[in-house]
Formats: sequence, structure tokens, C-alpha cells
Amino acid sequence: MNPSPLSRRSFLSLVAGTSAAATLAACGSSGPSGPGSGDAGAADYWFLSGQPQENIRAGAVDRFGKANDNKITSAAFPNDAYKAKIKTALGAGQAPTIIWGWGGGGLKSYVEAGQVEDLTSWFTENAAVKDRLFPASFGPATIDNKIYAMPAETVQPIVLFYNKEVFDKAGAQPPQSWADIMNLVQVFNTKKIAPFSLGGQSRWTNMMWLEFLFDRIGGSEVFQAAFEGEKEAWSHPAAKEALTKMQDLIRADGFVKGFSSIAADTNADQALLFTGKAAMMLHGSWTYQSMNTDGGDFVSGGKLGYLTFPPVEGGKGDPSDTVGNAGQYLSISAKASAEQKATAKKFFQSGVLDDTEIQQWIDSGAVPIVKGTEAKLAASTDAAFLKFIYDTASGAKVFAQSWDQALTPTAAETLLDTIAKFFQLSIGPDQFIQTMNGTIGK
Amino acid sequence: MSTFAAPAVRAEPGTSGSGGRSGPVAWMAAPALAMFVAFAVVPLLGVLALSFTSWDGIRDITPSGLNSWRAVLTDPQLPHAIGVTFLIMALSWLVQTPLSLLIGVFLAGRQRYRELLAVLYFIPLLLSSAAIAITFKALLDPNFGLGNGLQLAVLQQDWLGKGHLAVGVVVAVVSWQYVPFHALIYQGGVRQIPDSLYEAAQLDGAGRIRQFFSITLPQLRYTIITSSTLMVVGSLTFFDLIFVLTAGGPADATRMLAVDMYQRGFQATLMGPASVIAVILVLIGLGLALLLRRLGGGKPDDSQLEGV
Repeated sequence: MNPSPLSRRSFLSLVAGTSAAATLAACGSSGPSGPGSGDAGAADYWFLSGQPQENIRAGAVDRFGKANDNKITSAAFPNDAYKAKIKTALGAGQAPTIIWGWGGGGLKSYVEAGQVEDLTSWFTENAAVKDRLFPASFGPATIDNKIYAMPAETVQPIVLFYNKEVFDKAGAQPPQSWADIMNLVQVFNTKKIAPFSLGGQSRWTNMMWLEFLFDRIGGSEVFQAAFEGEKEAWSHPAAKEALTKMQDLIRADGFVKGFSSIAADTNADQALLFTGKAAMMLHGSWTYQSMNTDGGDFVSGGKLGYLTFPPVEGGKGDPSDTVGNAGQYLSISAKASAEQKATAKKFFQSGVLDDTEIQQWIDSGAVPIVKGTEAKLAASTDAAFLKFIYDTASGAKVFAQSWDQALTPTAAETLLDTIAKFFQLSIGPDQFIQTMNGTIGK
Repeated sequence: MSTFAAPAVRAEPGTSGSGGRSGPVAWMAAPALAMFVAFAVVPLLGVLALSFTSWDGIRDITPSGLNSWRAVLTDPQLPHAIGVTFLIMALSWLVQTPLSLLIGVFLAGRQRYRELLAVLYFIPLLLSSAAIAITFKALLDPNFGLGNGLQLAVLQQDWLGKGHLAVGVVVAVVSWQYVPFHALIYQGGVRQIPDSLYEAAQLDGAGRIRQFFSITLPQLRYTIITSSTLMVVGSLTFFDLIFVLTAGGPADATRMLAVDMYQRGFQATLMGPASVIAVILVLIGLGLALLLRRLGGGKPDDSQLEGV
């Protein structure tokens, strides 16, 4: 047996294979190079995929391109992939001109890294752009009294949804106070219906409960202190009370059996509500759209009820306060060329939330963050719900940001982790407070 | 980052065992070596360097000495994650080894129906972990899953919502996925045992059970070591399955080192501490691979076929 010709041939084929693989790898990494390539004037814009939002976003870009010489190229990515991609792109100095985001702690980390433009003076010069939007929407865009993002799209407060049919059958009334909630838990448990649906595996779903309890018991300043990095802020007596009430509700079987393994991305938590297996659900207003699509005649048949989280007896919080997403946010990359920045600013001025886009958001069942849309909202097929969301958002004394978006990513991860353990009852209020105090300043 | 750990570890036995005497053979290793250096050794060194820095993925990387190491080593989450890792590793070894050994021995027979079964058993291996995880998650859903659909009280458990049950489910799903692979290894091992050994045993009046324990099992010694190494070291890098199935939950009941590393690195944006965990993972993997080689090593001159 003489192995040498064979081994040489296989060696060559190996080399060929390897170089082919290397070429492929090179293609892969150079593929999605957006910025830098092409002409320097064209701005680019990355946002989230998923209908109906994706088409509305892309439509605004198209109309802007047709009306102007300056073009914007856009690309859409799924939520989780986008979060990772935008971070990597920013770290590598390859960010798009217009960065879509959630504001708050994430935006703050971009600001501290010097990656996004300060838009404060631009908004002073273009007061008209600022004045037509809900003032509350600027909260998450503002870091250290400077505005780093243009608020856009829709307002999404957290709402207490309930199934009217289930309530009628049980002869129950929607809760007007925390005591009502605890009573309803008993009523529905004896009827073998889960009082509250909850997608607990997603963790931020549990967090919405604490956001409201903290606010209703101690007022918005309790979390604000923690957000501002005040030492031992979580030791506020209202925090302890809210946390104790929370665990009382969990111990009373307030949530559907197995809630800690239900993920919100599967919409199983919404399915529990519209199939009548659960009576109530605390969730973002965006679930209205998906329940409308998935729930048969649940929404169109008027079986979906909604109200703002009720007050807690003896609490200091304003019952009009709400929590959620005050908008979505567009920032401009500091690394973009002057021409790209100019295009982006022009887009902010004339492209974002034009009349067509406003109408499209309303048709999709959401409230755009523009003032004075009452007439358009009233003409919609979802008029009652849209009016409720509009009133909730515009009438809120404080429209607080979701905690996980307000905090820095590091503190947010500890918060979510601690909340998961807390809802599993593996830690108590004191340990929760101690762990969260440890994150202050991080 | 979990991918760095695996090749580094798996390649370990190969590098120390190679003779490297003849020229052409060494040349043929060059492409593989180049790939290994480029995609395993270099990133590994990068991770080691990152573990002495602090970095959030966006800002500049700043050296921070031993801060990350101190933060991770004093965090009670680390012993917990290591404990969960070893618990799942041990349980999945205990479940998989006897099962795949028995199935492998059974499939080694040449009968037609056994070959057909071998093909059927192989199917789970063709599916991706993420798809398996999504499927089991749907089947085990406490409200819309199999238990409620069939109205069977035994199945109506909060499978993924209670710590010990969730660990059990993870072990069961991992076994379901990998038992076919290890059965295949054992099947090959059994088929290499010379028939003469069994013939001699039959002449001496040994029954089937006696034959299994006195011939099959000792002859499979090296196969057991190989399969165990793959199981043990492979279980260090379980990530996709657990991340989709339980996301490390409920609370942190199934948060293995790899999941912990991801959460620190990409969710909490603490790349320094995440790199520390990556280094710890590599060290544990290397240690286990070495240990298993020692256990199965014996003397290199030993023959399994003495006297045949």
C-alpha cells in the first residue's frame, strides 16, 4: 500500500475545503455592512420587524424618500436579535445613523459611551416638532436634562384587562381597590378559575405588578429615588409593604397554576384570559392587538374589559399614575457623517409621525404619541379602547417608565433575577430589598 | 462563548495522544490545527484577557485587574451554578449510561427488526435542541399542554415551574435527545467484540446475563470511557436547550454555568465576569476530561483481547 498520492490529494482537497470555508466566513462577516459603505450622504435606519408595526415604519421611510432627495435605507430585525446586534454595532463603531430604541437605561449607556447625538438644541430650534408630541414621552429620552432621542410611534401603558363573560358568570364586579382584588381571588378560586393570568417566565411580566404596587402605596417617588441612585432607596417602608402584599397575593393563589413556566412571547398568558381560564391579566396595552387577532370574537364581541390598576387602601400614590412605554425612541449616531445627521434630522422633522403614519398606528389599534388625535381615535373601530388608552396616558399625573428599561442593563438584570426568585417565594421582602440596595450606583 | 469551551476540551485527548513521527501525516493536521488555533485558542486567550477587564460591550475596554474574578468568586450565584451544573451532569450520566448501554447491546444483534428500531431510535438526534425545547415546552405547558389535554392527573404537574421537577425534565429531555447517539457508540463497541469469546463462554456454560457481565461489559470499558467523556464534557455546554425550555428558571433552579455566563455577559452586559465564568468552564472541562482519561487509562500495553 502506498499512501502518499492519496494523502496528497486529500491534503489538497482539505486545503480547498478550508479556503472555501474561509471565503464563506469572510462573506458572512462582510455581508451586513450597512454604514460606511455606499455614499456617505445616505442615512440608514434599523428598527424592529414584526407586523403590523414593521410596514408602518418602512412606509414612513418610503414616503420620506419620495418627498426628498436625501434617501434613508432601512433594515428590520426581530426583537432579541436587534438588541444584541445594535449593541455590537455600537461597540464596533458600525451603528446605523438612526438608532431605534426604548430610551431609559439603555439610552443612558449609549450616552455615557458618547455614541449618540445630543438633540437638546435642535429641539429648542424646532419647538414645533417637540410641542406636537405628548410631553411625557420625552421622559425616557432625557438623560441629565439633555434630550438624546426623538420620541416616536405609540404610547403603551400597562392595563388591567379582565374577561367580562367570566365576571358576569361569577356575578363579580371589576376591582376598585386592593381589597377587591384579594376578595376576587377567593371568588374565582372557589369557581376553579385562575384569578390572574401571568407569563412569569418572562420576569418583566412579574415586574409590572411591583411597579404598580410601589406606586400606589408609596407614590412614584419611591422608585424614582432608586432610579436616581439614592443610597438604600429600596429600604423605603412602602417598598416593604408593597413586597409583602405581593407575596400575600401569590400565597393566596392569585396567579394561574404554573405561572412561573409560562413565557409571555408565546402569548399563552393572553390565551388564558380569552379562553376564560383566567379572569384578569395585568399587561401592556399592546396585547389588545394580539388578543384581537388571536381571540376570535373576544375583543370584537365586547368581552374584553379594561381598567387602570386600582388604588391600595391608605396608599399615597396618585391613582391616575401609570407605568409602561411612553413611546419608542429614535437617536442619531454620533459617528454618522454631517450629511447623514442632517438627513436624519430632516426625517425627524417631516417624516416621523406624518398624517399617514398616525392613521396607520390608529388603525392597528394603538395610540400615537401625537397631541390632538381625539377625533381620529373616535372614528376608529377600536374607539372605546383607544380613548381609554389616550385618557390614561394623557391624564396620568406620572407616566413612569418600566423599571427594567429605566435602569442600566446591569441593574435591570439583577432586578429581574431577584423578582423571579421573589415570585417563586424563594426569597422574602427583606432579601429583595437588600439585593436591590446592592445594585444602586451600578 | 460556550462554543469556545467545547472544541478546546474535545481536542484535548487528541493533542496529547498524537505521535507526530511521519511528515505527511503532520502536514495533514495543519489545516485542522490552523482552524483550531484561529477559532479556539485565539478566542480562548481573548476571553482570558477579557476576564481581567471591565467592559459593557459598548464603551472602551478598561483593565480592572482582578475585580471581575473577585466579583464572581465571592458571588453566591457561582457555587449554585456549579452545583446545578454538576447535578444535571451526574443525573444525565446516571440516566443515559445504563439506557444507552442496554439499547446499544440490543441493537448490536443483526436481526431485521432491530435494524429498523435502530433507525427509529436515531430520529431525536436529527432534531435541533431549540426545536426539541420548544416542543417539550408546549407539551408540558401547565394549562394548554398534554396533561390537561388528556386529563391525566399524573401528567398535570407544574413541570417547569417547580425547581426539582424542572431539573428532572431537563435531564429527561437531554437523555431523550442523546441516548440514541450513545447507543450508537455502544452498538459499534459490542459489534467489535470477537464472537469467539461468547462461543467459549457458552461452552463453559455461561448464561446470557453472565456473558453480559463477564464479557460484554469488560470489553466495552474503553467505549464506556469515551461515551462518558462525551456526556460529561458535553453537559457543561448545555445552553440552547435549557435557555429555551426554562431560561434557567424557575428562579435559578436550572441556571447552569453556561446560562449564567450568558446572562452576565449579554443581559447584564458584564463581559468581564462572564469571561471569568467562561475560563472556569474551560478549566472544569479540561479537568474532567483528564480525570476520565486517567480512570480509563490503565497501562497502554494492556490488551483487551489477551488470549483470544
